[in-house]
Amino acid sequence: MPIDQLVQVLVFVVMTFMTLGGGLGVVVSRNLFHSALFLVLSLGGVIGYYVLLDAGFLAAVQLMVYIGAISILILFAIMLSPGLMMQHQSQRNEQWWVAALVGVLLFVVLAVVLGQVQWPVADAQALAAPNAQVSQLGVALLGPYAIPFEVISVLLLTALVGAIILARDTAD
Amino acid sequence: MAIPLYWWLAVAAGLFCIGLYGVLSRRNAIAVLMGIELMLNAVNINLVAFWRYITPQALTGQVFAMFVIGIAAAEATTGLAIIISAYRRRDTVIVEKLNTMRW
Repeated sequence: MPIDQLVQVLVFVVMTFMTLGGGLGVVVSRNLFHSALFLVLSLGGVIGYYVLLDAGFLAAVQLMVYIGAISILILFAIMLSPGLMMQHQSQRNEQWWVAALVGVLLFVVLAVVLGQVQWPVADAQALAAPNAQVSQLGVALLGPYAIPFEVISVLLLTALVGAIILARDTAD
Repeated sequence: MAIPLYWWLAVAAGLFCIGLYGVLSRRNAIAVLMGIELMLNAVNINLVAFWRYITPQALTGQVFAMFVIGIAAAEATTGLAIIISAYRRRDTVIVEKLNTMRW
């Protein structure tokens, strides 16, 4: 195996440990603050995946939106209202073992089914030259995907206004 | 491509199932929200992997992943606002106790 492919596999394995390990940390950690920090680790692993998949722009978006905005927002919410942490109470409900069973079963079913499908993978020539330039992405967003793009900006504006109204202090 | 498509799909399925376990088993509403974030990320890995391996000449996969990220941002902000508002009124974020709308 050539050395660059070996490096790719190595990076993939490291990122898998980060993503899945961080994900497990999110769901089993007893301290909610630690859960949020594990979430950052897991989302960071996904950045490595995007880089490996030649989606550099998505990697930057993931870093800025998920880690820079969503995780920090969750950490702010936890730190500003300590009661949210429920530190001296159980963090999982009594049906947790059913949930674990469902999760493991779904994973086994998915792993078996996905392994049996013959995916129509593109030919080697197309795989070697992906259409991944940021300029093309920008043209696509303002060309064929202009309407979904506008809809998502309206959605974000609505979410912004809604969040302000919902979280406003109702006392005054 | 050194890594077969199946590896990506398996990792994404694993992350999705971990997130599903978090959503179903946690009592804290914020932890449930974090589980949903994990599931959305698993979907995004799938979208980008399918784009890279099956339609590398089109941009649909990347554009879709960006829309999913945008919707996740909207979902996280409104979700957290609802949780904080509920915590102010009911003094709890345990999802089993926030059951006013349960029939």
